[in-house]
Amino acid sequence: MTTAAAKFKKDVRRVTADLRHRRIINTALDGYAVKRDQKKSLFQDWAEARRLAAATKYEAINSLDRCLEQFARGLESRGAKVHWASTGQQACEIIVGILKERNARSVVKSKAMTAEEIHLNEALARAGLDVVETDLGEFIVQLRDEPPYHIVFPAMHLTRGEIQETFRKRLGDAPSDNPEELTMVARRVLRQKYIQADAGITGANFAVADVGLISLTENEGNARLTGALPRTMITLVGIEKVVPRLEDLALFLPMLATVGAGQLISGYNTLYGGPRQPGEPDGPEEYHVVLLDNNRTRLMADAEKRDTLHCIRCGSCLNVCPIFRNIGGHSYGTTYCGPIGAVLTPVLRGLEEWKHLPYASSLCGACTEACPVGIDLHHHLLEHRRAAASAKPSWWQKLAFKLFAPVAASKLLWALVTKSGRLGQKLHPIVLGTRLDPAYVWTRTRDLPPIAKTSFKEWWRRTRS
Amino acid sequence: MTERENILSRIRDALRVPARRPLGMTETPLPKPEDHRRVLPKVGPSESDRLSLFASNAEELRARFVVLPAIEALESEMRSMRDAEGWTRVASHRGELTDIACAKLGIPVLLTDGGYDKNDLEACQVGVTECDALIAQTGSVLVSSRSSGGRALTVLPPHHIVLARRSQLVADLPEAMALVRQKHHPNYPSMISIITGPSRTGDIERILVLGAHGPKKLTILLI
Repeated sequence: MTTAAAKFKKDVRRVTADLRHRRIINTALDGYAVKRDQKKSLFQDWAEARRLAAATKYEAINSLDRCLEQFARGLESRGAKVHWASTGQQACEIIVGILKERNARSVVKSKAMTAEEIHLNEALARAGLDVVETDLGEFIVQLRDEPPYHIVFPAMHLTRGEIQETFRKRLGDAPSDNPEELTMVARRVLRQKYIQADAGITGANFAVADVGLISLTENEGNARLTGALPRTMITLVGIEKVVPRLEDLALFLPMLATVGAGQLISGYNTLYGGPRQPGEPDGPEEYHVVLLDNNRTRLMADAEKRDTLHCIRCGSCLNVCPIFRNIGGHSYGTTYCGPIGAVLTPVLRGLEEWKHLPYASSLCGACTEACPVGIDLHHHLLEHRRAAASAKPSWWQKLAFKLFAPVAASKLLWALVTKSGRLGQKLHPIVLGTRLDPAYVWTRTRDLPPIAKTSFKEWWRRTRS
Repeated sequence: MTERENILSRIRDALRVPARRPLGMTETPLPKPEDHRRVLPKVGPSESDRLSLFASNAEELRARFVVLPAIEALESEMRSMRDAEGWTRVASHRGELTDIACAKLGIPVLLTDGGYDKNDLEACQVGVTECDALIAQTGSVLVSSRSSGGRALTVLPPHHIVLARRSQLVADLPEAMALVRQKHHPNYPSMISIITGPSRTGDIERILVLGAHGPKKLTILLI
């Protein structure tokens, strides 16, 4: 077993047994589901909206070279500087370089999964920069030195009491566990940070090709302030974020908010097109956009999985996944968790090390059905399993199938094995619950369903005669 | 080769093998605004439909929406808000409506047009701005760094007051996007924002709190 797989197993065992944790996650996600369905029902035709969104992303990804060139040209025409990074390390170097050149010391950052993916905060800290996350959920998990729990809801696993405790310890200010008062503590702390910061870093939800604009979705206004007050603004954006035309946002903004957070549209949807333009009173003097590949072109080269680049990081596949709901976001040990994480990670970080994730699925297909851009998620999980099995089949699998083949091929052996299975189950209680139980891995946490008293064959023979 | 060329050439190599279309589709033409309109939430055809939809959306979002009968009512509305909330400093920008709104407040008005000190703006209780449009479908306000006094004025003060004319109320998101293109292409302002309700968060136990970082209050005055 790889180290990632061993850690995964250990964490999953701990988290699934934590009933309090499961209750928190299920309560939050049940509340989300009600709101999502309510907003979905406002659409005149959700199924058709999905087809339109999937078609739009298909066209964008399958003409990505042209889209990116157009996007960069638009930004450059307004004085933005566009950087291209093949790897996460290059992107970190570019961003650190920009900040060093401007003698920046403090940086405010709005939520960006791409930044988590390339471990940007660590790179900035190593360069001696003071970085503060401004999204409330991200701010909380940053204070706790934890990675975000969920793509959209980073602190959904914490109770108000735990957050109060974190604020008391790290900020010395937590008047009560009231969510409103806690939010106001963060507001006071962060307001000063925006005003003092030398630079602001954001992610992006969409890169609008035909006009050369970044589109950023949020509810709190922290990204707005990050883009308004510091002298230098940097946006890190994965190359797959393109949509072809400005008009496409009329569809994507409400769809993202609906499945992402159960809102018809998010609080702030902001387009950024460059640094402060002539005649404008404020805004950054410099605007840098860093385009990140980091193995996205590898995903693209696999035509079968190219549709994973349609992903708009709404998190809806996580929210409906029975596995995610039970093992939680941190167990995955990856930047992107849930079904989309289980599909992306083996490609981004290596199948051999991460092949256990595609098995963390019941293949129920709820993710595929929830996906607003029609990514064939559960089939991709199956394809990963196929690839993992054919690349490096495990000895016990090979042995099992070697033994299974003659049994399945022989009428006599098959009857013998099924009969002895029924006998075995009678004797099972003797070893049940001990390590001697051959089905220990299963019976440790679950009941073994009883084998039918009569086999189908026996039943058939009896009822026909 | 530069990284730009490296990335683009990897993309071009990858695209030599075509991918299957999603959701079993055999063709994927780019949707038109009419296609979007067919699937998005419905907006009635008349002006009063748009008005009542905007009003109900604003209410659900906890924004305050007031229709003023005439421009003359603007001054008194502003004064009554000033008294109710005890404003001492207001921020705004030059504009036909903002000039009228701020003229007789009798308290200092910080204008952002020629640049400003960030701490001064942070000390203002209110930001009064104009906008590019109101969107009935979602109850949103469309602002930009060009039309609304820059980037910070619409988000830094704790109370944001938006002034709009009746003719600025558009039906839906496709119409709003068309307006942005028609008004600005290709010289877009450096920031364009669709604001929907006051700043909000649900990051603590998914409980809604208003005023996370931006305005705690959003008032929209339609003239």
